[in-house]
Amino acid sequence: MSGRFRTPSGGRVDRRRTIRFTFDGKSYQGFEGDTLASALLANGVHLVGRSFKYHRPRGIVTAGSDEPNALVGVGVDDAHYTPNLRATQVEIYDGLVAESQNRWPSLNFDVGAVNEVFAPFLSAGFYYKTFMWPRAAWAKLYEPLIRRAAGLGRAPEQPDADRYTQVYAHCDVLIVGAGPAGLAAALATSASGAKVFVCDEQAEMGGSLLAEKTAVIDGLLAADWTAKALADLAARTNVTLMPRTTAFGWYPHNFLGLCERITDHVAKADPKLPRERLWQVRAKEVVLATGALERPLVFPDNDRPGIMMAEAARIYANRFGVKPGDKALIFTACDSAYRAALDLKAAGVAIAAIADLRAAPGGLWVDRARAAGIDVRAATVVTGTSGRLRIDSVSLAKLGPDGRTGASETIACDLLLMSGGFTPSVHLFSQSRGKLVYDEALQAYLPGASVERERSVGACRGISDLDTVLNDGAAGGSGAAQAAGFAGALGGTFAVHTDSVGTDGFIGVTPHGGHPSKTRAWIDFQNDVTAKDVKLAIREGFRSIEHVKRYTTTGMATDQGKTSNMNALGLVSETLQIPVPQVGLTTFRPPYTPTTFGIFAGQSRGDLFDPLRQTPIHDWAVAQGAVFEDVSLWKRAHYFPRAGEDMHAAVARECKATRQAVGIFDATTLGKIEVVGKDAAELMNRMYTNAWTKLEPGRLRYGVMLREDGFVMDDGVVGRMAPDRFHITTTTGGAPRVLAMMEDYIQTEWPDLDVWLTSTTEEWAVIAVQGPLARKVLEPLVEDIDLSREAMPHMSVREGKICGVPTRLFRVSFTGELGFEVNVPAGYGRAVWEAIFAAGKPYGITPYGTETMHVLRAEKGFIIVGQETDGTVTPDDAGLSWAIGKAKKDFVGKRSLARPAMTASDRKQLVGLLTVNPKTVLEEGAQIVADPAQPIPMTMLGHVTSSYWSTTLDRSIALALVRGGRARIGERLSVPMPDGPITVELVEPIFYDPKGARLDA
Amino acid sequence: MLLITCPHCGPRAELEFSYGGEAHIARPIDPTGLDDEAWATFLYKRSNPKGVHAERWRHLHGCGRFFNVLRDTISDTIVTTYPAGQPRPALPSDGKENAR
Amino acid sequence: MQNYSAFSLFKQALGGHAGWQKQWRSPEPKAEYDVIIVGAGGHGLATAHYLAKEHGITNVAVVEKGWLGGGNTGRNTTIIRSNYLFDESAALYEHALKLWEGLSQDLNYNVMYSPRGVLMLAHNIHDVQSFKRHVHANRLNGIDNEWLSAEECKEFCPPLNIGAMRYPILGGALQRRGGTARHDAVAWGYARAADARGVDIIENCEVTGIRRGVNGAVEGVETSRGFIRAKKVGVSAAGHTSVIMDMAGVRLPLESYPLQALVSEPVKPAFPCVVMSNTIHAYISQSDKGEMVIGAGTDAYTSYSQRGALHIASHTLDAICELVPMFRRLRMLRNWGGIVDVTPDRSPIIAKTPVPGLYVNCGWGTGGFKATPGSGNVFAWTIARDEPHKINAPFTIERFRDGILIDEAAAAAVAH
Repeated sequence: MSGRFRTPSGGRVDRRRTIRFTFDGKSYQGFEGDTLASALLANGVHLVGRSFKYHRPRGIVTAGSDEPNALVGVGVDDAHYTPNLRATQVEIYDGLVAESQNRWPSLNFDVGAVNEVFAPFLSAGFYYKTFMWPRAAWAKLYEPLIRRAAGLGRAPEQPDADRYTQVYAHCDVLIVGAGPAGLAAALATSASGAKVFVCDEQAEMGGSLLAEKTAVIDGLLAADWTAKALADLAARTNVTLMPRTTAFGWYPHNFLGLCERITDHVAKADPKLPRERLWQVRAKEVVLATGALERPLVFPDNDRPGIMMAEAARIYANRFGVKPGDKALIFTACDSAYRAALDLKAAGVAIAAIADLRAAPGGLWVDRARAAGIDVRAATVVTGTSGRLRIDSVSLAKLGPDGRTGASETIACDLLLMSGGFTPSVHLFSQSRGKLVYDEALQAYLPGASVERERSVGACRGISDLDTVLNDGAAGGSGAAQAAGFAGALGGTFAVHTDSVGTDGFIGVTPHGGHPSKTRAWIDFQNDVTAKDVKLAIREGFRSIEHVKRYTTTGMATDQGKTSNMNALGLVSETLQIPVPQVGLTTFRPPYTPTTFGIFAGQSRGDLFDPLRQTPIHDWAVAQGAVFEDVSLWKRAHYFPRAGEDMHAAVARECKATRQAVGIFDATTLGKIEVVGKDAAELMNRMYTNAWTKLEPGRLRYGVMLREDGFVMDDGVVGRMAPDRFHITTTTGGAPRVLAMMEDYIQTEWPDLDVWLTSTTEEWAVIAVQGPLARKVLEPLVEDIDLSREAMPHMSVREGKICGVPTRLFRVSFTGELGFEVNVPAGYGRAVWEAIFAAGKPYGITPYGTETMHVLRAEKGFIIVGQETDGTVTPDDAGLSWAIGKAKKDFVGKRSLARPAMTASDRKQLVGLLTVNPKTVLEEGAQIVADPAQPIPMTMLGHVTSSYWSTTLDRSIALALVRGGRARIGERLSVPMPDGPITVELVEPIFYDPKGARLDA
Repeated sequence: MLLITCPHCGPRAELEFSYGGEAHIARPIDPTGLDDEAWATFLYKRSNPKGVHAERWRHLHGCGRFFNVLRDTISDTIVTTYPAGQPRPALPSDGKENAR
Repeated sequence: MQNYSAFSLFKQALGGHAGWQKQWRSPEPKAEYDVIIVGAGGHGLATAHYLAKEHGITNVAVVEKGWLGGGNTGRNTTIIRSNYLFDESAALYEHALKLWEGLSQDLNYNVMYSPRGVLMLAHNIHDVQSFKRHVHANRLNGIDNEWLSAEECKEFCPPLNIGAMRYPILGGALQRRGGTARHDAVAWGYARAADARGVDIIENCEVTGIRRGVNGAVEGVETSRGFIRAKKVGVSAAGHTSVIMDMAGVRLPLESYPLQALVSEPVKPAFPCVVMSNTIHAYISQSDKGEMVIGAGTDAYTSYSQRGALHIASHTLDAICELVPMFRRLRMLRNWGGIVDVTPDRSPIIAKTPVPGLYVNCGWGTGGFKATPGSGNVFAWTIARDEPHKINAPFTIERFRDGILIDEAAAAAVAH
């Protein structure tokens, strides 16, 4: 048995399959096919949550994703815990653990409800008017209290154990919503052969048809027709049916985001499956069949558990076989609630009365209700309700023609059903930037002209009766197929036997005769916004609906105003006495319903967060125990510690070995670009500050590249391989930027140049062999290349073979020692590296990482772009004036260098720093001042860009950018640190072998 | 994600492209002949229209080529695309352009 | 101005809140004002407030094409900090931060300035060097900013993942005085205070032209509600600055980009501070309501569409889910876009223009909210005295011509 309120038969739940679950620790039973809401209702549980502000007891109001109240936390443990799920959407399974939220210690007895006592003070925006004194109290006292009181569920405290995935897909027609309009559209459009996706947020497709008991479509009962339609669609290979899939966002150019929920409804999910999947769909045409949502009525105390939407109650009875109560009273402004009343009565719910706001309701449904013996009261309103944790009675009063209410009568009931009519769901249409048009008769915003390739069908464009909805869907589906280039869609009509429920409705606050400042009629249930709050906002001068929304927070809860927005608009319109369209409309933003962060991140986690670039030598370095650092997307070996060594010890050893014998360094990450063509040298001249025309093939040159604004962008050694061929190297992170900029210029500024660029970063492995013994190590390995000083001077390049592999062998040094950089095809990188390493063993060859590379180059005063430069540094600032081709008329960035500020003598210039105490190592980023005793704010002259302990020199060294620095060489300045100033002397930015004898060796 | 028609490859998703800023701003032939104001205008000043904007895109993960796009910056609708080097096409006189 | 306090709230509550006055009027535009401010966002309203309060200029109109506070003021992630690198920026943002500290009291409106700390994460050695440079420079400028190790970051913000990550957290720079404020309250507080001093805030009044006299000087603005005369016009129109300035024939070095933000569903307090990661592109804090407020950098292309691309928002959430893996199950409630006007050096322009009587405050890019009080304060000075305050003197239009850029982004973001 699954609860006293289960009907003896009927509904779409599988009564053979009992499901056990817990809510707030108590065990319940339901049937397969139940939502948590329907299963709780079957057990007579209405109270499922507490409201945001006043902690009012709240029950289930709807049967769908628009639910404002019944928010629950679900999950057996914190790694699977999700807060704020709507009980109306949670499908139950064996072992489901759910709990209520925003209450302490229990749902029945919630201490937070004390806020009710203070409710008179907690008016809209009250927090803007107080908590201002003393000044520090807001952050220290009031805010923490408010924060603790706010929030709904609790965030999980363990990392999410589930996985998420993402799919990109294309289709001809995407149909959003699989209710009658969507199914009709799908049948029509798919008959054309178009590739069709149909998505629906619910577990079962069919929408309102799933709760339809009497309508007949093409000779079949609605349920049978729906089953047949779904079977037909499923059999068509061009149709993809996507239940449990919410189209949450519309992005430009018919690009929609869909969230498919895959495992949340399953007790024991296949571990191979992701929990949810993000579909990013580009559709040629979109059919919106998103339906309509029933509006609550706004009357005094309309928020008690047991007060529910009339159509929701009908759904619970017809679709889930659940009686939401024993005795219902109905408050309505439209005919559909009569249909609900009759269906509930058929399910065994006693109907106490129907209070109809309308002066003279009549017609088929009213007659039927009367004929069924239901007490129908025209021009009658609810003036109040009672019942602490569940409604127990309702006060009704007659509404006079003058709008005044008469004497009230109290009627006992355990269920109050309300219906203010239906609001078309235009969220996605509005997101597509289509303009909404207000329809006075329907009191609703409807889709106007389309902006994207889209059409709305059925209830979402204000059509309500089943026959017209089906036919509208079919026509829309057929139109979409044609627009997507498919003829042969079936746009036929359906023979439907059903009865119209009309389009009546009401927006705003129903008349109640209560004292305006004492009566609380909720507009936004979840955020606890009452009509009184909205009126206060208006009284305080907030006129725009956006202001009213933000001041009162109406429509800002997790349902984003699905049930409340139109009533708020109606109230503002009535209060200000201006038509609804003039009040404005808050913007519909994605997502349609809250959407899991995880699907946006998808597979992008851990090592897949960003592409990982590794050199061919990476695994060797791993095996040697290297510590790595991230440089752009690359992993680079930072240092190679031996047992017991910290970084400083390792770096000291690596430096010493390289200076005294030979070191080996993986420089593969350097960017590389091959520049080829008759005009290659001309392009080089234009792109780099240097002159290239006279550089002979076989020679290398250090090149500097500026941005057009004159600041240093990149640098690197460039080899001229042939008159029409250059081999560029760039910084590790700069390669894509440099290539993009060069491509930009040759494609768009100088298309006349005959030159081609190819990224060769991935093609070459680069092995730097540096140190006085480098030549000895390499000599036995190379063929056809004379490595001698005479034959291959510093800054030259030769092509030949090494270890039998083709190489471009650079003689170049970033260490100040005799050095080579061996370029070999990347696939041979590891083999050649190991061969060189083996050949170097007798000479004590030592692998070194980027830290040693940094130290060695700093000793020589070689800059690193991005460390000595920061995007505000000119070549002259960095001491690179020598690299500017003085005779060149133009190069990228040249004109900018002539601007007044770029030539000022007090620019920050590169200098060396020596601490007066040689043992003190400055901190990189530390600031330099003239007088450390000056008051704050101090005048800062520059900063330390690089700073190291130099084993070679047995003292610290540093590079810095200092205002007018070159003219200050020899001066002493100060680096004020928290524990005292450090005196430094400015020196030339070169500390080791200034004449370069070693690299010329 | 925009759907951009590369003049050389056809319609592709925005992820394949990189944005290249306003189009039809030619680098001066002789920058040294410009005064600071004129040079700054070339470097920095952009039309930034609220409406149709001529802009450069590069089909970075495709053919690699730069081309130009007319895009309405209010709606993000693409009016047309055309190869680099071609003049900006005249807009339909009724102004009711559609995505191609 | 009706005083706001616990006592007045108590008194009004007893009277059913019937006695609350309008927070500001909805006046018809007068024919002429001493100063017209274009744009009733935080910056424009603050400018009006300080014009009235500090310079005695009360015959001021703030004209707004929509509703006040409806642009970037009402769309941003409300982060406040002043730990900028360069002296010029540090002075400007610190000026603002000092005003934030007393703003609720100054305006008699609780703007909920909450100095809960802004922690900027370093994910590689370059970040560490860059942030330490900031920390040292800030210290000598008298601005609080301290370096935290990864473990100290975790201690300050327990939900952070300092374990294995593609880009592990190596530490962070923390400004304890940094934090957040309630964006709408800032606009409303300034509006109410300015209105009380006689400033006319005219909503639904779109500027359609800027009229200039024969001598080229400003004479007033054409609007959807008619011509309004004024000898001084200050433009504070954020993403629409180019459009407005175009009306006066002034082209600025600006481009307008979409900037997205999003919030999660509200949850109980789970995130104690503001965390920013420029390297993996995400910011996060938790609002008083309980929502995780999340933002990132701008979208790739210029646009006035006030929406951004799904893949940009997705990338932001990639980063958030890595930084705080337990938030992966939280759900996005709302995602929106603003239009930010960006200068080539990512620093603002607060200056006189080549047109006499026309002043501009623009180019705040992604960082405008935090500057609101300071920006309005020095812009008011500039308009009132027809010369810049010493704090905004460097933020000229001419700096681009002369190459005197204030490039915080370049100084922070170049990888090697």
